Amino acid sequence: MPVMTMVEAINDALRVEMRRDPRVVLLGEDVGVKGGVFGCSAGLWKEFGGDRVMDTPLSESGIVGAAIGMALYGLVPVAEIQFSDFIYPAFDQIVSEAAKMRYRSGGEYTVPMTIRTPIGGGIRGGHYHSQSPEAYFAHTPGLKVVVPSTPSDAKGLLLASIRDPDPVLFMEPKLVYRTLKEEVPEGEHVVEIGKARVVRSGKDVTLIAWGGMVGMCEKAAAKCAEEGIDCEIIDVRTIVPLDEATILESVKKTGRAVIVYEAPKTGGFGGEISAILAEKAIEWLEAPILRVTGFDTPFPYTLESVYLPEPGRIREAVLKVVRF
Amino acid sequence: MSGRPKHKSAPETAAPRGGAPPPATIPSTHGGDDLIRLLSPEGVWLGGSGGSPFPPSRLIELFRGMLRIRLLDGRMLNLQRQGRIGFFGQSTGQEAAIVGSAAALKPEDWVAPALREAGVALWRGLPIERLIAQCMGKGSEVSQGRQMPCHHSYRAANFISMSSVIATQLLHGVGVAMAAQMKKDPIVCMAYLGDGATSEPDFHSALNLAGVRKAPVVFFCQNNQWAISVPFAKQTASRSIAVKAVAYGMPGVRVDGNDVLAVLAEAGKAVERARSGGGPTLIEAVTYRRLGHSSSDDPTRYRDADEVKLWEARDPIDRLRKHLLSLGLLNQSKEEAIEEELQAQISEGIRVGEAGKEPPLESLFSDVFAELTPQLREQRDATLAEFAHRELPKGHGH
Ligand SMILES: Cc1ncc(C[n+]2csc(CCOP(=O)(O)OP(=O)(O)O)c2C)c(N)n1
Repeated sequence: MPVMTMVEAINDALRVEMRRDPRVVLLGEDVGVKGGVFGCSAGLWKEFGGDRVMDTPLSESGIVGAAIGMALYGLVPVAEIQFSDFIYPAFDQIVSEAAKMRYRSGGEYTVPMTIRTPIGGGIRGGHYHSQSPEAYFAHTPGLKVVVPSTPSDAKGLLLASIRDPDPVLFMEPKLVYRTLKEEVPEGEHVVEIGKARVVRSGKDVTLIAWGGMVGMCEKAAAKCAEEGIDCEIIDVRTIVPLDEATILESVKKTGRAVIVYEAPKTGGFGGEISAILAEKAIEWLEAPILRVTGFDTPFPYTLESVYLPEPGRIREAVLKVVRF
Repeated sequence: MSGRPKHKSAPETAAPRGGAPPPATIPSTHGGDDLIRLLSPEGVWLGGSGGSPFPPSRLIELFRGMLRIRLLDGRMLNLQRQGRIGFFGQSTGQEAAIVGSAAALKPEDWVAPALREAGVALWRGLPIERLIAQCMGKGSEVSQGRQMPCHHSYRAANFISMSSVIATQLLHGVGVAMAAQMKKDPIVCMAYLGDGATSEPDFHSALNLAGVRKAPVVFFCQNNQWAISVPFAKQTASRSIAVKAVAYGMPGVRVDGNDVLAVLAEAGKAVERARSGGGPTLIEAVTYRRLGHSSSDDPTRYRDADEVKLWEARDPIDRLRKHLLSLGLLNQSKEEAIEEELQAQISEGIRVGEAGKEPPLESLFSDVFAELTPQLREQRDATLAEFAHRELPKGHGH
């Protein structure tokens, strides 16, 4: 099996699907000739031409709105928003249009579109190249929200997203883009949307995370293991639809949950997971559910490493719930 | 309600709100501010010697189409007052713009509509009973009462489901056109908007993208002078909407929106230009919203009755009627027969539409996604279980 970074795995998925399905088209800012600012679409413009790999004018609403129209007409568009920090001009098209089209037309019109966008900190990008806006979108009925944490999952989940009959927001953690290399299956490799992944099994406490925070949890778990604390790690993988069953099963086993996410604490998606645990697993809980998160501040530049949850902060929370 | 205007036609000096436009200084290939017209307000053919090229049957069809919208508006407003529908977005006074533009399209073309284009769907074959069932929120209609009245979807005629959000549909129209272009299908998308929509960022995004890609889309703006209570002069400092086309590298056309023949001719040219690879066009049809923004609006609070009277005198149906009379294609008894037939159709539509069943409880949860997620299944099952043993809560009225 070839070893790939997440960027390479995404590139591979796009190529595999564009070769397989002539309805698949890419559009976005700098996705064509340049191959994307992170190189996710490198080489595709050359292979598939400017009709299928389109450099668009600089307009996020335009990219997503036009992709919706293309999907209505029968294409399978994969739109790129260069950074999720710049997705807000397209918020309306995503929330009001793509996500509601099937429902409001009783299934007469559907939007099988994928929006790819990099999320999260870790590249010293300051306010506008670092944020994690998944919670805004998880709050939108009709939209799936997928966040891979490894190259292999990125490929498998992206193929599943492109083939999904509904709009999918595919959020790619920049923290992982080039830092993690692993074996990725060649050719066909689909990972089902809606299934969480047990990254590490353990019996004392469940760490729940997605995207760039899964790796942080692994580092924290390794530290805790040295201290005799056995962490289980769940990679949520798909925020919508959420695999509650896997999360509940784990927490019922360990009796303790620490939820880790990069976004500001208040209103973050981890709050939703916490509520589900309170609703459905309270009698199994041995300790309060804790959240390790970004702060309720704009994403900072110089103090990024303090803002982002890191293994030390996660370990502190683990100790708290274990000693509770 | 009669289709005949109550006021005698006044000589028209059709100037946009805020006075006559300055002389056009833009290149003629980009159209300009001159109001294009084929019929005078008195119904006299202005299109040059040789007379109207429109066959009589076509002219009668246009007349019927316009009259149907007018009659339907009246009936629907009555239903609204009787509490049988919750809301209605009428288009009285705009029938020529609606029918003229719709008539320029082929069945295989697409439509990205805004609020005033239910008449376009009707023209393309939307059954009246289905339109009425939608307005009544019935489960017999495809969208299962999920949207407010007047938000139609009609797949059979490529009429895209309408949302309330102003201007978003313009980009869908561009996307449809780009997809057709890519597949080499010879179709055109007509994307509709009001004058207010030209202030939204999606208007700019859509025209800019369409211009760059030479997409086969026609932007058809019904400039009815008002966006709820905001007049055109407060919407833009531009002397016209058509002139904005210049900035997007496409022709802009300003047509008398109360002259159905001029609208049809100009829309037809734009559609064929798009179909033959000539790219997009922005059409501004200058017309007037004679009634409230919707059944929920009282326009007497923000505009002069005199202005409304002026535009009543410029009635688009009356203009075509006079033309037809002069050609000997219509007389009072013929018109009465048409009106009677249309009213009967509408009555039947109301009867059938209103008899439709209510949407089932499950329809709340279906069509969010192709398949129910575990969360939706859980919420559906709990809701069905709950209302198996208690009555549905009373609605919140209209
Ligand atoms: C984005 C957005 N903002 C505000 C509204 C509320 N609204 C509905 S119709 C309307 C005016 C629309 O004016 P115009 O585009 O001229 O179309 P018209 O109703 O005159 O046909 C407004 C402000 C809306 N539906 N969508």
